[in-house]
Parts: sequence; C-alpha cells; structure tokens
Amino acid sequence: MMKQGKGRAALSSQPETKKFRLLAFGIARDIVGGNEVDIELTDAYSVGALKTALQENYPDFKRLKSLAIAVNETYRTDEHILNTNDEIVIIPPVSGG
Amino acid sequence: MNGLDNFSQEELARYARHFAIPEFGIAGQGKLKAARVLVIGAGGLGSPLLLYLAAAGVGHLGIVEFDRVDASNLQRQVLYRVSDIGKNKSEIAKTQLLALNPHISVETYNVALTRENAIELISKYDIVADGTDNFQTRYLVNDACVLCEKINVYASIFRFEGQVSVFNYPHKDGSRGPNYRDIFPEPPPPDLVPNCAEGGVLGVLPGIIGSLQASEVIKVITGIGEPLAGRLFLFDAAAFSSRILKFGKRPDTKIETLIDYDQFCGVHTSKPTDIKTIDPLELQQLLDTTESFSIIDVREPYEFGIGNLGGQLIPLGQIIENAEKIPNNQKVVLICRSGRRSAKAIRQLQEQYNMKNLFNLEGGLLAWRDAVDGGMEV
Repeated sequence: MMKQGKGRAALSSQPETKKFRLLAFGIARDIVGGNEVDIELTDAYSVGALKTALQENYPDFKRLKSLAIAVNETYRTDEHILNTNDEIVIIPPVSGG
Repeated sequence: MNGLDNFSQEELARYARHFAIPEFGIAGQGKLKAARVLVIGAGGLGSPLLLYLAAAGVGHLGIVEFDRVDASNLQRQVLYRVSDIGKNKSEIAKTQLLALNPHISVETYNVALTRENAIELISKYDIVADGTDNFQTRYLVNDACVLCEKINVYASIFRFEGQVSVFNYPHKDGSRGPNYRDIFPEPPPPDLVPNCAEGGVLGVLPGIIGSLQASEVIKVITGIGEPLAGRLFLFDAAAFSSRILKFGKRPDTKIETLIDYDQFCGVHTSKPTDIKTIDPLELQQLLDTTESFSIIDVREPYEFGIGNLGGQLIPLGQIIENAEKIPNNQKVVLICRSGRRSAKAIRQLQEQYNMKNLFNLEGGLLAWRDAVDGGMEV
C-alpha cells in the first residue's frame, strides 16, 4: 500500500495536460478560425490561464482586452478554476446596430 | 378609478389585445402611455424597436439619429422605403410612426449623441434603448445612463449573431444592476472588430434582436415578467442556438463622469506614425498631375462594383499573395471604404516586404465622397 501511494504521488507531481473545448462567438470565430476550438492547459486550469493560452496561440486576443469568458452560462473572472467538461464560451463585444 | 378614462374610444379598440392579457390590462397600457423612451439609433435595431414600441402605445418616443437613408440600409432597416433614399432618417421615422399610431408623440433629435448633449437628452426620458452602431456611442450611452440613473435596454448585432441585455436595472434596495462595462470594461481596438458595414449582417437579424429589445422595453415599463438584467442573451441565427449568460458587477467598474469616447475607443486619435497618408483633396490633386502613381482598392468585388476610382482591385484578404502586382517604383495609394482596411493592408505589406511607397487614403472613399465627389455611391 505504501509503495503504491508513493508511486501515485510521484506521478501526480508531473504536470497534467488537460484539454478544454471553447465555443467562440463574434470576432473570436475569425480569430480561432471556427465556432469551436480546443485549448490544452498544463498545470494551471483557471480562466486566466486559458486567456493566456489563447493569447499565445492567437496573438489577436492580446489586443482584445475585454474578452469575456462564460463558464457553464456564467461570466467568470480570471481566478475561476475550469473543469474539462465545462461549457466555455468566449464572447467578444460586438457593436453593430 | 379603473384607468379606462385615460384612453379614447379609438385607443381602447387599438389596444384591445393588450387589455385582454390578464397581467397587462388597463394598468399596463396606462404605464406604456405615460412612458418616455429614448431610442438611440434608428437603423437596423431601431427600425423594429421603434415600430413595435409605437404600435404598442409607448406614449412618448425620442429618436436620436443624424444619418440619412442609404440604399444599403434597405436590406434590414424596415422603417425606410426606396423613395426615402437620401432623406433624413429621424424625420422619415417620425412620419412612419405617427402614421402607425397617432395616439403617441415622437420627438426627433437630428444630431449625433455626444458627451456634450448626452446627459441633457437622456435626462428627459425614463428608459433608453441603445441601437447604435459603434463602440464610442455604446460606451457613451452606457456611462450616461449610469450617471443619469436610467435603465439601458441594450442590443447589438454582428453577421448572424445578436446580443441583448438590460443594464443598470434598479433593485428594490435602491442599488443598480450591472452595466455594459461590467461585461466589457474596455473597447476592442478599432481595426479588430468590424462594424456592420465591414463585417456584414444578416438582414433579418436586427428584426429578431430589435424585437426582443422592444419586448424588454415593454416589460421594464409595465413591470411584467423578469427583465434580462444581469444576464446577457446571445443568439446565433446560423446555428439557431441561444444562450443566456449570467454576469454581475465588477468591483473595478467606476463611472464618475463622461470621457472622450473617441480616444477611449482608439478612433481619430493621433495619426498612426507607421503609415503615410494622403487625404482626398491631395489625391484629387495627384490625379490632376502627370505624376505616375497607382491606386490599389482593397475592398471586396461587390463594393468595387457599387462605385470605384478605377485602380486595381485586390481585396485585403488576398493582398499578401498578390503583393508582386503592386508597383514598388512609384507612389501607390491604397483605398477602401473607411480607410481601415487599407491601413491594415499597408501595415501587412510594410511588415512582409518593407515597402516604403504606400499611402493610405485617409477616411477612405467615404471621405472622398464627402470632400470631392458627393455623387459617388460607396
């Protein structure tokens, strides 16, 4: 039992990569090139980490300061922790009338 | 008093279907009749919004709109007819609305909403409905509504997508619900999010979204149902999907005064230093000389078909792969509708090929039309 436990501890110290699926709206669709995009996060799984990963993969997001992220139909701030089965929506502002 | 004497016989006949709804009744109709609603923008959203608010019997409508009817408006702005092209939108709208319902009053403000007039205009009304088409005015409307303590019924559209929400809604304890800045604290850079003219919009979309906006205005006035406060409704006509996202107040949102919204949104600030520009009058002079130069039009073929200055058509999306078609031994003027896409094209060409002979037509063909050729279709 002890041995097994140790082995697990060693394994879990490796950062785990998790995949999150995002639904895009508005100009975010142009930026990611589709209505959906998968983003992989390692180590940190917060909304803030997700935004950083988006900005690294798609530099245009760096210029979009007001990038609203909704998780399971609620707008969330950077500290919010994501689960892989969450419905994550990116909503950029639109101005048309 | 049951409120019936508030209505003429014609009005009683007209609003019969409202009176028949138990939650609505005479009292609800009386609230509509007493209400003052300021609609900002009489375009795609403003058309159905105004038509339904007038039809429903909102007693006092204000319209802020300075624009004239353009042929490209008729695909979605159902207030206007072919015979209205070139005419003042707010005046046409007023005539149409009074023909639809003579029992209401309509006040028109044939001006742009600015930080100088916003407070005064908005103060005269109970509720604001924002159907404008640019970020500067959206932030201005939002901030002015917060400062004036007015409800802002918001809607916005883009291609196949629409957004609706009710901002600054009063709670029973006297506090106010979240506003636009609680979702989008800062505007996007002007070249990143296209407006309807550049990004396109499905003609029927403002019909759907503007009608939802009208429904929220009527609910807020009558106190019926649950207003869309603290919630953002998203609709995607292409997928036929909708979502309602909850949002709250951000602790860092502070609105204490109106600001310079052009500067805030990054428009008309200092000229970009990395791009050389030419204004319409300079271009006209250039055309009159014998100096040899080229014009590259970076709009889409359909736009080129509506009206152009000659020159070579290379849409922005294909500019890099067609860069060898652009001369590098003489002056080249890049043009588009507003000057935004051509600036983008120049930036791309300068970065990739280090071209130094490119000039942007400042303000695009819209500025050309205003300064040089008033008859040009853009």
